[in-house]
Order: sequence, then structure tokens, then C-alpha cells
Amino acid sequence: MLRFALRRIGVAVCVAFTVAVFSFFLLHLSGDLATAIAGPESSAEQIAQIRVEYGLDRPIMAQFIDWLVRALHFDFGRSFYFQDQVTTLIAGRLGVTMALGGMALGFALLVAIPLGVVAAIRRDTWIDRSALMISVFGQAMPSFWFALTLVLIFSVKLRWLPASGGATWKHMILPVVALGTYAMPAIMRLTRNGMLDVLAADYIRTARAKGLSTAVVLFKHALRNAVIPVVGLAAVQLGFMLGGSIVIETVFSLHGLGHLAWEAISRNDYPVVQAVVLLLSVVYILVTLAADLLNAALDPRMRTG
Amino acid sequence: MSEASVAAADPLAEVLPRISPFARFLRRALGHNGLLIGGGVLAAIVLMALAAPLIAPHDPYAQDVARRLIPPVWDAKGGWDHVFGTDKLGRDYLSRLIYGARISLMIGCLAAAISGVIGTTLGVAAGYFGGRVDAAISYLITTRLSMPVVLVALAVASLVGGSLNIVILVLGFLLWDRFAVVTRVATQQICHAEYIAAARCIGCSTWRIVFSEILPNILNALIVVATLEMAHAILLEATLSFLGLGVPPPEPSWGLMIAEGKSYMFFKPWVIVIPGVALLVLVLAINLLGDGVRDVTAPENRN
Repeated sequence: MLRFALRRIGVAVCVAFTVAVFSFFLLHLSGDLATAIAGPESSAEQIAQIRVEYGLDRPIMAQFIDWLVRALHFDFGRSFYFQDQVTTLIAGRLGVTMALGGMALGFALLVAIPLGVVAAIRRDTWIDRSALMISVFGQAMPSFWFALTLVLIFSVKLRWLPASGGATWKHMILPVVALGTYAMPAIMRLTRNGMLDVLAADYIRTARAKGLSTAVVLFKHALRNAVIPVVGLAAVQLGFMLGGSIVIETVFSLHGLGHLAWEAISRNDYPVVQAVVLLLSVVYILVTLAADLLNAALDPRMRTG
Repeated sequence: MSEASVAAADPLAEVLPRISPFARFLRRALGHNGLLIGGGVLAAIVLMALAAPLIAPHDPYAQDVARRLIPPVWDAKGGWDHVFGTDKLGRDYLSRLIYGARISLMIGCLAAAISGVIGTTLGVAAGYFGGRVDAAISYLITTRLSMPVVLVALAVASLVGGSLNIVILVLGFLLWDRFAVVTRVATQQICHAEYIAAARCIGCSTWRIVFSEILPNILNALIVVATLEMAHAILLEATLSFLGLGVPPPEPSWGLMIAEGKSYMFFKPWVIVIPGVALLVLVLAINLLGDGVRDVTAPENRN
């Protein structure tokens, strides 16, 4: 287990480094940053001045090493637009996004796992079919449009919930539902398929045969084994949701990391963009690492990969 | 599974007429509701996109300030001249919707094609060669998966300047991960098959084995992933355009139409409902088609 854990952590560190390299060079080579910062109406002198001012005239490897060394000390430089340290900006916004992502994942799991279990137990009945229907629709729905539709129904028509902002817990309901729905279909399908596999296993028949109650068989024997793969998927989905928060936070004007990233991107504030890309990647890497280690602890067969 | 061994084991094979694999595929496909509905709706949308100049009632770019925000026909104030109403610049919504299908379909097909070539090359190489090649490519896949797609696509599109071609390229170069994952596993599975060993024995080159033995046999899985990625690319294009960094105005992208309608959706909800439903129907049709192809070609994966 220790060997597996150490190797897995080593891979995670390498992946994080590679992502840092990719994101740095992608942003520096896909366009001229000085021109983008200066704006379309600026003169050649202004562009040249910005190039020197932001250190963009130096060799790209020197810029990269400088950035990487400072990033390792959690120093991502100053934002061009917000006139503040990038680290301070991110620290101020991180809480909202983490709360949103965590609650959305919780919401998705709370709805999707019971739905998947019921669909598997009542296989091929109307419950199963409607659960499948919901997941098919859920996968085809553009998340920003679903969010806007929620606003139309619950804020405009019914006037139950506020349409945007993040002042109270009521403001969080619609964003959490919108973001959570995005993760639900995959979790629901995996739970259902896992339950179907497990319910066909011999040990379930044995448990039934020795006279255990249906509830004990379902929850203690079947569900515990069926949800193991869901742990890994939930980690992946949390990563996707942090990326998807850029859309949801923009729709609901929630001032989290996603909204910050969107503002920074539309103003070519690339120190912020780079830091957010790296941060979201590292969070994804850490969460999947935790899920892999948890899985390996639960199930020794997983320790080979 | 080889056809011959199945036929020999099946006592009915003598009695029943032999049918070709394609005829069997067709027979199963015609009995699959999801595939028929998905395929039918998708075919209708493709036809609509191809024949856009013939069936669009108005010019999708023609502005008419006197006829702004006319409601659709089912509203009391709507009329048959503008079936889905007009937008804030007086452009006919139905015509924009019809032309918008071209953008969505083009992005879906081209982005899926680019990512399909990249992903399949990587996946087949990893599955076929194994060892270090596999380790390196798996590492690349892991790295790609840990980068947030929406964020990276937005950042690149904003630096390079959003346009249809840029969106296609960015999505094509970002969405290859599922192709690589699926073709890698599929190639690993069939590399142990006897016909691959046989092809090696008679001295076939690696290229020949890849193109005439491996690719035809993983084609079904490839088609399923291609539909998924098409749907994915269409949704991402809509998202990028909605956030203002995808296809630029005045193009009639459905995502852009929703973005333009957002500011007055509280008074005229149909301006976002109509393009949103169009996106939903298109992506739903593609997903149903993909699920149907999977059920029909690999019934053992069905649940």
C-alpha cells in the first residue's frame, strides 16, 4: 500500500508539473500577450513599453522558470486589471467556488445514488425508464441554458428564489441545483449499473438465502460494494464541476473563482488566468489522487495500477 | 468473436438463411426506437442545415428596427410572418435558427474529426505497442484530463480572437481524451485475438495490421465515441459563444442567440427558450443515435 501510495503521489506531482508547463506555453505562444494587453487601438510604442514593463521581452524560458519558481512559493505576480496580488484575489474567491462545488456534488450524490439504486432494484419498470430518461435529458442540456431556465421558472415566474448574487443561502440554491444536475446523469448510471452487477452476485443470493431482511441485503451488502466505483467518478465530476463553475458563476453573478477567471480572460489578465488554470488542475489532481488512494485502501485489487 | 465458430455451434445455421453482418445490423437498427428517433431527428436537422437558403423564410442577417422583438406565432401578438418571432435587431428568429444549425453541425463534425484522428492515433499506438509507449501516452491522457477544458478553451479563444475556425481547432485539440481512452482499451483487447497473430505470422507490416485489422474492428466503438464528442463539442461551442468568446456576432450561433437574449429574457422568455430547445433536441438526437449504435453493435454492453 505504501509503495502504491508513493508511486501514485510521484505521478501526481509530475502531472501537475506538466500541466504547469502546458498552460504557461499555451498562453504565451497562442498570441502576442503584449498586443492583447495593450488593446486594439494602441500604438507600436505603447505595445513595446508594455512588453518591457511586464517582462515579456525576455526569453520565454527565462520567463517560464521565473514564473515557476515564484508559483512554487504561491506568488503568481500582480493582476493587470484588478491591481492586486493574484494570490490575494484567488484566496478571496476560493471559498465561494469550493462551497458551490462541494454542495453541488453533495446534491448530485443525494439525488443520483438513490435514483440509481431504485432504478436497479425496479429494473425495466417505469421508475427505471424515467430515471434513464432524466439522465439522457440531463446529459443533453446545455448547463448555462438550464441555469437560465431555472431562473425563469423559480425567480421570474414563481418568485421563490433570487435570480443572482450570493448574499444569503437562498442565493446558493439555484446555482447548486444547476451545477449538480450536470454531474447527476453519470453518477446515476454508474450506481445503477454497479447495483445490477452486484445484485446478480453469489454473495447477495447467499445473504438472501440465509434470511437477511431485504433492507440489510440491499444497503449493507449490495450498496456498499456498488458505490466503490462511484467514489472515483465523484472525484472526476468534482473536477469537471470546478471547471463548469465558470459558466454557472457567470450566469448567477456569484463572485467565485469561475467568475474571476471569466473576468480575467475577457480582459487578457493572463497572470490571473494562468494561476486559475493551474489551481483548478491541481485541485483535480489532488481530488483524483485522494479517490485513488481511498479506493486502494478499500480494495487491495486496485493497488496494481 | 469469429463468425465461423458461432455458425458451426448453432444448429439452426443450416436451416436459416445466412445474412450478412450489415443486414443483421440493419435488422437490429430498425428495431431500436432510440436509434430510429435519434437518427431521424438528426437527419432532419442535417437536411434543414443543408437546405437553409431554400427553407429559411428571411435573411438571417437582415435587420429591421421597426420589427424588433416580435413574439412567436403561439403568442397572441405573434404572426405567421415570423413564426419564432424576431430578436432585438429585428432579425427573423426561425431563419437564424435554421442557419445556426449549420454552425453547430459543422463544429460538431469537424471538432470530432480532428480529435478523433489525434485520439485514435494515440490510443491505437498505446494499445498496440504497450510498454513505454503506453506509459507515455497514458501520462499524456492523465495530464489532458486534469486541465479544465472550458477554461483553457476560453483563454486560448480570447488570446487568438474568437472565430468559427479557432473554436473548431481549439475544441478539436482539446477533446481527444475519450477517443484515446476507448481506442486504447479496445486495441489492447483485440491485440490478443488470433487474427492479429495470424497477420503478424504472414509478415504483415504494422501499418497494414493497424489499418486493415485493428481499425475496422474497433470502428463500432469509435463511432459511439464520435457521437459523444460531437455532442460535447456542440455544447462547448454554445458555452463559449454564450460567454462571448466563441463564434462572434452577427453569426447565428445558438449559444450566441441565448447570450444576446439573456438581457431581456425576463420579459421575453422565448428568446432564450427557443435556441435552448434547439440545442437540447440536436444533442439529444446525437446521443440517442450513439446509444443506439452501441446497443445494436455491442448488445453485451447494454443494461
